[in-house]
Amino acid sequence: MQVNRRQFFKLSAASLSGSTLAVLGFSPSEALAEVRTFKLARTTETRNTCPYCSVACGLIMYGMGDGAKNVKAEIIHIEGDPDHPVSRGSLCPKGSGLLDFVHSPSRLKYPEYRAPGSGEWKRVSWDWAMERIAKRLKEDRDHNFIAKNEQGQTVNRWTSVGFLAASAASNETGYITNKICRALGIVMLDSQARICHAPSVSALAASFGRGAMTNTWMDIKNADVIIAMGGNPAEAHPVGFKWPVEAKARNKAKLIVVDPRFNRTAAVADLYVPIRAGTDIAFLNGVIRYLLDKDAINHEYVEAYTNAPFIVRGDFRFEGGLYSGYDASNPEVRYDRRTWTYELDEQGYAKVDQSLQHPRCVFQLLKTHVDRYTPELVTEITGTPTDAFLEVCALIASTAVPDRTLTSLYALGWTHHSVGVQNIRAMAMIQLLLGNIGMSGGGVNALRGHSNIQGLSDLGLLTEMLPGYITLPRDHETDRAGYLEKRTLKPLRPGQWSYWSNLPKFHTSLMKAWYGGAATRGNDYCYDWLPKLDKPYDSMRMFDLMAQGKVNGFVCQGFNPLASYPDKGKVSAALSKLKFMVVMDPLATDTSEFWQNYGEHNDVNPATIETEVFRLPTTCFAEEDGSLVNSSRWLQWHWKGAEPPGEARNDIEIMSDLYLRLKELYRNEGGAFPEPILNLHWPYRTPEEPTPGELAREYSGYALADLADPETPGQVQVRSGQQLSGFAQLRDDGTTACGNWIFSGAWTEAGNQMARRDTADPTGMGIAPGWAWAWPANRRILYNRASCDPAGKPWNEKRKIIAWDGRRWSGLDVPDYKTDVPPGGEMSPFIMNPEGVGRLFCADRLADGPFPEHYEPFETPLGTNPLHPNVISNPAARVFPNDRAMLGDREEFPYVATTYRLTELFNTWTDHVRINASLQPEQFVEIGVELAAELGIRNGERVTVRSKRGHIKAVAMVTKRIRALKVGSQTVHQIGIPVHWGFMGLTRKGFFCNNLTPYLGDANTQTPEFKAFLVNVEKDLSELMPHTHKPGEGHEERARPEVKLEAGVERVSWLRRILKGRTEA
Amino acid sequence: MALQSLDILRRSATTTPSPQQRQMTEVAKLIDVTKCIGCKACQSACQEWNDVREEVGINEGSYQNPHDLTANSWTVMRFAETEENGPLEWLIRKDGCMHCADPGCLKACPSPGAIVQYSNGIVDFHEEHCIGCGYCIAGCPFDIPRLSKKDGKVYKCTLCSDRVAVGLEPACIKACPTQALVFGSKEDMIQHANERIVDLKERGFEDAGLYDPPGVGGTHVMYVLHHADKPQIYNDLPKDPAISAMVSVWKGVMKPLATAAMFFTALAGFFHYVTVGPNETDDDEEEHHA
Repeated sequence: MQVNRRQFFKLSAASLSGSTLAVLGFSPSEALAEVRTFKLARTTETRNTCPYCSVACGLIMYGMGDGAKNVKAEIIHIEGDPDHPVSRGSLCPKGSGLLDFVHSPSRLKYPEYRAPGSGEWKRVSWDWAMERIAKRLKEDRDHNFIAKNEQGQTVNRWTSVGFLAASAASNETGYITNKICRALGIVMLDSQARICHAPSVSALAASFGRGAMTNTWMDIKNADVIIAMGGNPAEAHPVGFKWPVEAKARNKAKLIVVDPRFNRTAAVADLYVPIRAGTDIAFLNGVIRYLLDKDAINHEYVEAYTNAPFIVRGDFRFEGGLYSGYDASNPEVRYDRRTWTYELDEQGYAKVDQSLQHPRCVFQLLKTHVDRYTPELVTEITGTPTDAFLEVCALIASTAVPDRTLTSLYALGWTHHSVGVQNIRAMAMIQLLLGNIGMSGGGVNALRGHSNIQGLSDLGLLTEMLPGYITLPRDHETDRAGYLEKRTLKPLRPGQWSYWSNLPKFHTSLMKAWYGGAATRGNDYCYDWLPKLDKPYDSMRMFDLMAQGKVNGFVCQGFNPLASYPDKGKVSAALSKLKFMVVMDPLATDTSEFWQNYGEHNDVNPATIETEVFRLPTTCFAEEDGSLVNSSRWLQWHWKGAEPPGEARNDIEIMSDLYLRLKELYRNEGGAFPEPILNLHWPYRTPEEPTPGELAREYSGYALADLADPETPGQVQVRSGQQLSGFAQLRDDGTTACGNWIFSGAWTEAGNQMARRDTADPTGMGIAPGWAWAWPANRRILYNRASCDPAGKPWNEKRKIIAWDGRRWSGLDVPDYKTDVPPGGEMSPFIMNPEGVGRLFCADRLADGPFPEHYEPFETPLGTNPLHPNVISNPAARVFPNDRAMLGDREEFPYVATTYRLTELFNTWTDHVRINASLQPEQFVEIGVELAAELGIRNGERVTVRSKRGHIKAVAMVTKRIRALKVGSQTVHQIGIPVHWGFMGLTRKGFFCNNLTPYLGDANTQTPEFKAFLVNVEKDLSELMPHTHKPGEGHEERARPEVKLEAGVERVSWLRRILKGRTEA
Repeated sequence: MALQSLDILRRSATTTPSPQQRQMTEVAKLIDVTKCIGCKACQSACQEWNDVREEVGINEGSYQNPHDLTANSWTVMRFAETEENGPLEWLIRKDGCMHCADPGCLKACPSPGAIVQYSNGIVDFHEEHCIGCGYCIAGCPFDIPRLSKKDGKVYKCTLCSDRVAVGLEPACIKACPTQALVFGSKEDMIQHANERIVDLKERGFEDAGLYDPPGVGGTHVMYVLHHADKPQIYNDLPKDPAISAMVSVWKGVMKPLATAAMFFTALAGFFHYVTVGPNETDDDEEEHHA
């Protein structure tokens, strides 16, 4: 502020006279204290759930106006819903800032069009945009649809258009999107799960039977020991982290954090242990060895509830880092898994040895397998000090007793590796050995990333999936009977339920929901109309094919892949080769402007990019009804609180509009294989706008004829047209329709179960069975039969969830078991597995081995694998040849980098949200003090981080929280790279961390290795030489304050403060 | 509802007594730094509820953003890394107005009714009466109030007096994901703190304790600290805060004298005006200097 002498005198005089007058008693009469008026007194409240992470906190949205016809509602405030059993009114900094999301200046209001080679958007009408999109899609489909493959098998697939589904869209949007895409024959359909928690689905389903978080958020409070490894729940799920903190405060629980960084979770942990990124399996196999060595396992549980006694085939081998059946020449499937199975008896049942002594029983094989992982070897690989490792082991081992439990909280810190699935498998095995699965306060808790990525996985928005984790047929599965037969899993032990034996009912009901009357027994319920896969068209493959020019069109629904996929340079080049791209989003995403030049942050030339881009504005959470599935599998309904801005439309309407236009085109013009399009079951009252309620009733299921009651002959169980009460009522004769069998029961004749709001938690154990609805069958803790011993007695009376009451299983939770089967019999608790038990040895399910084995990240700072130097990294991982050439080595890139989220921001979405932008305004990287000293980097200086694939520039945060690790004979430095900044939005412009990351992933799911790769770091000198910036680039003038350490803020005297005019900057 | 009333206890620069008949329950915010993950939900909720927005700043090499309290950020998480108690600790403290029982800001304020203290303990600024003199900044032993460049007035945490007045908890309290922030009667908060201290001592924090400094008559924002013997390691939380001696001097001795001096100056000015006329200045000359 510049003040001249005169103004100064005037100001001084004014303030002096003001204060003088006041002191003399001439105070203004209204100088009475009055608080600011309470602004919510007459607002309209609408319940919703937070659209960011999978904690799915309850929201109350306060709308201006009382709903009168002459008023346009406007949301003026959003705060937590105190009734919500998980969040109890809390919201993290993102949830607390949601108002600025709803009203973000980046909200899209009108359809826009970017012509090939153009450098700008043109506003267009919905009608024009949709008509043109429909025509482009049809043109491509007619040209490229594959009805039969080279062998003449009917495959009916369309591989030249890709579709990425959202992660925060409602179940109803996801359901209709899948229905339409599959009818079109799209196989290149994928969702956020691919780059997020797909390994959780694989690993947990392969271990326990279902690919989901085992327990609930609130149940974490019952744990005695909590291990946050492969995740940073305080940072990524702050409100869910309420429950670990509660466990500490009320249950005297111990919280352990194992992470490359001392992170926000570690800030409140009892024990923090560092680890080298990408070596978790070495650590966890070391833990298993410790447990077996110290005999700290729950013997009765292991013998009865795991496959420890199962005998494995004699020709199964593990040698030199490779399992039997390895074939390096097959780039798609490296292992022939035939030997990874049990020895069967004459009836087809697996042989067992209950004494666990047989040399080829799983227990003995496991012992041998982990025997190499001594504490010394663990330290040699992970860099974790041996005493710290043993301290963790001892705490974990303390839960082997029946009255103590360990819970594992993990997220992308385990999934984002080339060994992602096996990281999770290792913890699943530990929990089985300790007897902590099915227990309250136990479990392997996959903390899902986005608000509905669980739901979109459940609904099958993944290339190889149909709703309810039914896999799509492969080319050779030409007949329905064979297809079903392979997936209808028969019990592998006497007396087991093996619930997948009901698959024909689920599949038939799905086809009835999709094709209605057209699906008949005579035409095998339209089996041929399902696209068949010759290989999975996951989105990692999609962008690879796109980069090769083999994909023409791409629809991107609520997703920002340019920011989210590894090797941004590759993704950008891929998008540039498209003929057309359709973006549906509430926000102006970076992806939608991949063709626009944003200086060094997106250095492209629009004139050379021929991709036609359509940008369609959609509603956000606040402007629609629908349900989302949270991490604990709860389907929670939310309600619309306001109209969307401008001409924005709901995704359901957009997809329906697109479908109806295509249908019209096919009806009038004909074209490639029009039958599924013309016959797609579309029973919605207003065809252009199916309501979320209609879609929810469809995926929950309804009867197409009167269903006879199997228990009471002559009685009707469900009348034709009525909603089913659950998947037990599904039929395989075409008399039921159900769009997703695991969601069956979400909307019954009693109404919308997902909208239930009963907060009661009768035992105080954190189960609120009347709040919303959980799949499957409203069970809150999966595998809860295992909370009781084989005789039916709870392992821990204080943690009783269900019990046998003499006639049936009952309790607070819905038993995860056949309720009328008494204890003491043959049936085991893991009803989805044909074995009936949890799998320590994962027979024939995973691509990279039945046991986890330590493989180095593809970019390893060791350059070798101490266990088997000839097999360094995961031998079963798929690496495209071009990407292998883009891998760096430790000579050029000596430091390990890992990427992660911050509490304040949510991927790149919150870049558009003012409050959150102010809380983490600018890109930074975290560098340990030792490395910073070595490189002469001071806190707050700018650095350039490079990998083989690209570079980023960021502020260096020099911290004691990342320490150098002694790994074998070398020192390994690690660098932390938060993921949030891009070239759009309100934060300072930044570089995608994915400029750096390698384009390869987990062997089972292709989920990218975002968490361990190699980089180099140097001081960024460009600010000192601004002339080095390219012409035309918007170089922001910025004042950099003097460099200082975090804690060292000097206190200045009060006088100096005033003299300096302590004003806001 | 016990917490509702905002009866006035004191007003700045006001000599007439406030109504004294009713005494409402004293409230307090308890900040348990041992449960705090530094997520900034409180900062976000504070901006949202109070309809203020912080500028998008820069990163100075710290999680602390903005780097300091401002007229828009009435609370800021301060981060400190220390190894002085053994293993590395990341001490994260929510900074903001402490709502002192004996508020230095109110004592220093010369503008009547610009700062009020309610009988439930909340110390609130009424910016419409603020003259921007900055004395409250000098009077504050915790360095909290911030002068806005936009309107020349001083802002700080109100403890959401508008919410508390209708029986709601402050916005930051409600948002806090880990119960690091708790709100209630001061008595209940002290009891809650004591329970927490027992747990912390069991976990080996011998010096865990409550921060409710007597130098300012106690506060209505209190901390549970794992190292209560060393509050300064939490980003310079003052060990024994007290109102600056200058405020007492100003209020006790200087104020009557100054009042008399000002009265006579004004009188002299008046006589100067009637006898000599207004003091002329040359505008052009002023411009040359500027």
